[in-house]
Formats: sequence, structure tokens, C-alpha cells
Amino acid sequence: MTERVLELTGLNKWFGPVHALKDIHFSLNRGEVCALLGDNGAGKSTLIKLIAGAEQIEDGQLLIGGEKVPTHRYSVQQARQLGIETVYQSGSLGEQQSVWRNLFLGRHFRNRLGFIDYKEERRQAAQLLKALDFRGVGANIDAPVSSLSGGERQGLAIGRAMLFDARVVILDEPTTALSVGEVEKVLCFIETLKSQGRACLLITHNMNDAYRVADRFVVMDRGSIVAEYRKSQMTQSSLQLALLDAVGRGA
Amino acid sequence: MNTFMLRHRVPVLTAFILVALWGVFTVSSPDTFLHGRIYISFMSTIPFTAMLAFALTLLIIAREIDMSFPAVVALGGFVFSAIFQATQSPLLALGGAITAGLVCGILNGILVVYFRIPSIIATIGTQFFLGGLTTVLADGLALSIPQVRDSWIHTLMVGRIAEVVPAQVLWALLMVFLLWLLLSHHVFGDNVNFIGDNPTAARMMGVPVERTRLLLFMLMGAMSALVGVFVSLEMSSWWPNQGQGYMLLVFASVFIGGTSVLGGRGTLMGTLFGACIIGILEAGIISAGLAGFWTRLIYGVTILVSLMIHSMLLKQHMGSWRRLLFNKV
Repeated sequence: MTERVLELTGLNKWFGPVHALKDIHFSLNRGEVCALLGDNGAGKSTLIKLIAGAEQIEDGQLLIGGEKVPTHRYSVQQARQLGIETVYQSGSLGEQQSVWRNLFLGRHFRNRLGFIDYKEERRQAAQLLKALDFRGVGANIDAPVSSLSGGERQGLAIGRAMLFDARVVILDEPTTALSVGEVEKVLCFIETLKSQGRACLLITHNMNDAYRVADRFVVMDRGSIVAEYRKSQMTQSSLQLALLDAVGRGA
Repeated sequence: MNTFMLRHRVPVLTAFILVALWGVFTVSSPDTFLHGRIYISFMSTIPFTAMLAFALTLLIIAREIDMSFPAVVALGGFVFSAIFQATQSPLLALGGAITAGLVCGILNGILVVYFRIPSIIATIGTQFFLGGLTTVLADGLALSIPQVRDSWIHTLMVGRIAEVVPAQVLWALLMVFLLWLLLSHHVFGDNVNFIGDNPTAARMMGVPVERTRLLLFMLMGAMSALVGVFVSLEMSSWWPNQGQGYMLLVFASVFIGGTSVLGGRGTLMGTLFGACIIGILEAGIISAGLAGFWTRLIYGVTILVSLMIHSMLLKQHMGSWRRLLFNKV
């Protein structure tokens, strides 16, 4: 029996007169990697922002771990507390801050008065980054993020999700603008997340990457989910054709 | 370089500039700089600049700025003096002044956070507005409050400890300690640093960006009004353009102290030393026998040289990180 960690039903989103998401039904299972595919403007980013708590959910239901979440109060803070971590394309990191401090951005070990236990944080960060065995990141956790490469930054952001034991990790184009070797590292990280039983929702334009790590492909077009495929049903080339067909529909 | 020096290079360097400057002044005019009197005078004036600069440092680390604080200093001093004159109650007067400062901060915060006006523009606007408001309220006249000298608040805030040390020194040190706790050990300060570094990332990670900005403007407002109270107590009087002299001194203190105008980087210790540098400059220049005309020129040179040194140090530092990480030269 697969365990459903995230479920969205009847989700709609408007930006003024624009109907950005139209009656979305979507779910994620434990240990599953789902790739969200579609053209620019299809609503992929809006969808992950709603799940991440970065945009307000106005219409529709959100269930996390089988429990209904009151959407009017849903925020990034709450999403993270419920185990949803997001790795953004631009790397949601503070450039001048050190590697280890970035791991705890927005979510600190603190006492009731709000004072932070930096010592403990640094110790845990060192442990995690050593375990990740990510050479650049692990080498000097006191270095500023500005000294890291693109892949190392993604690794750091993914490490953040592991540190807080996220149930769902959302990755927004994690391999864009990375070199081949770095893409490989990031894909390995996604595989690690999966093997740890976390669910991943991946946005990408790169079919190779998507096919390599994802179990399921959800295709969006103009605010709707228009197709859904399992990896077991498809070869990479048939997926590519199906995708072209799906987003071309109604054109 | 050991880790302490590396981590605290900016305040250490600023302290070094301060000591060097002091050395030059002591050699050029030993009569002035080897006697206690000048230091008493420094201790009575520098704390006011420093307290304003501490609050401004936090704001600038968060990539915001406040051009309106001189007007808030004047307003705070006015509210304090007017209420004290009317009621003779120091507590009421102090409470009124701080409240006025907080309200000014909220006004700036609302303009920046909710109307999304860049803070440099919004606070230029509020500077005129608040300055004008104060002048209208005061009818353009100064207030004299000589009775305040007999009040406990005078002793507490600007009295002379052991008849020598001005109490405001201790207040400034207390402020820098509290704000340092906030900046370096509290989640609020962590948020301030991240917001200045990358506001988008901070927001995406759930940092309450808007609330933090609003609180920073409120802190700046309250601190400015408090300094207005300090100055009015020290002088036992208030006059309409009381805060105006602080604008450049305070900004210079912050930037000499190594805080980056680009945000995300700054230290309160640097600002403290920066305020001391600015504070001893004028006395040093005048007692060296140079005419008052030289003051601004030497201010300018000091500021520029400090900025260049900070900038060079930073680049060098980035280089050493690169070496550490990738073994490249």
C-alpha cells in the first residue's frame, strides 16, 4: 500500500482576470519522484508555489499526510513545519552568508526567547555536509555561498531538505544552467532523496533528466493537467512525443 | 591570519584606524590629547551619534535606509520638552517621545513595506514632513527646560558618574550590547542579515520580511526620538533644528565602520569605532591648529580612505576563500 503524502483537490488560482490553475487534482506518494512537465506559462511554477506556501491557496483542498490543512493560514513557515521543503531554481540562498548558516535560513534551533543556538547548528551542519560527501560544500562550511558552484548550491539547498527531514521536496528546475558533471551530482541527490523515502516534485525542461529520475510524469498546459504517464509505460522517445502531443492539444 | 582576525577583520581594522588617528592627533597636539578634559567632552557627544548609528547599521544591513532620523530626533526632543514643560513629569515626557518615535517609524515602515516606495525616497519625504510638523507644532520657537536639571531623569540619562563620566556613555554601551545580542544571537538579527543579503530567498524560506523591515524602522524611530531626549536633557533645552547636524556624522560612522550599503554585511563594533573616529576628528583638526575650514575636507579624506581599505580587504578576503576551497592562487 502506497502512502499518500500530499494531495490537492479542486485547486483553482486566479491572478486578477487570469485563470492560472484550473481545477487541479494532484497527489504524491511516499518515495515517489514526479516530474511536472509543460511549456512556460503552463502553471507549473504557480502550482509549486501554492504547495510551498509562497502563494495563497484561495480555492481547493490541500491534504498533507492525509490531514486537511486549513488553507487560509497556510504559509511557507507552515509548509516547512509540515515537512515540505522547496529548492528554488535561483537557489534560495544568502550569498554572503556562510554555507552552514544557509542551512538554517528561516528555520533555526532557538529557545523560547528567539535566541539561536549557533554552536549546535554549526555542529549539525558539519555532520550533514560530511554525510552528503559533497566535496565543495563539505570542504569548508564557513565559506560564503558566493564561493560555491551552481551544483554545489543546489546540493546545499537539497541538504536543507534532508536536514529538516522533509516528507516532500519540491525542486524547481534544479539542473538548469549546470555543467554535465554537476547535473549528475544533482540527479544523484534526487535519487538519494527518493531512497530515503521522500516524495519529490520536480519541474524541469530537460527530458533526459526527467526520464532518468522520475517515476511519473504530469503534463500541464494552460493551467490544467492534461496528461499523466508512468515511467513503466513509456520509453523516453515515446514520452517526448506524448508530451509534444499533449501541449499541442487545442492549439 | 588566525580565525579571530579573519572573522572580525572589519571592526579590527576600524579600531586600528581609530588608534592611528588618535596617535597622529596626540603627536600633533599633545596638550589637548594627553589631558582628560577632551575625553570627557568626547564622552558627552559621541554616544548620541553612536546610538543613532547603531540603529541605522541594522537598517542598512537589511538593505534599507532612513533619511528622516534627524527630523525624528527633533520631534522626539520637542515632544519630550513640551510634555515636560506642561506636566513636569519626566516619565510622561519620555513615554511621549518614544511613542512619537515609534509612530514615525511605523509611518516610514508603512510607506516602504506596504506602498513599496524605496526607503531612500520615502524617508526623504518623511524627513520634510516630520521636520515641518515639528516646526509647526513648536511654532518655530525653541523651548527651554532648565527645571529638568533637578529631575531624576537628568541624573539617570545624562548625569556625571562620579562627577566625571557622562551617563550617556553607559547608555550607548548598553544599547550596543543589546543590539549586538539581537543582531548576532537572535533570530531577528539572522533575518536582518538574510533579508539584506537576498530578500527573495529570505521570503521564499519563510522569513517574515515585511514584519522585520517594519520593526527595523520602528527601532530607528524610537532610537532617534530617544536621542532627541538625550540631547534636550544634555542642553536643558530644545530647538527646532536640533537633529540636523547628525545626518552626515551618523552615515559616516556607519560606513567608516565597514557596513556595506549593498546590504547583508555590517557590524555594530565597526560602527562604534566609526562613531569614535568621526567624534575625535573635529577636535583633532582644530587642536592641531588647522582652521575650521579643514574639518570637512579631512572628514572626506578619512571616509574615503576607510571605504577603500574596507573594499580592498574584502577582495583580498574573497581571494583567500578561493584558495582555501579550490587550492587556486
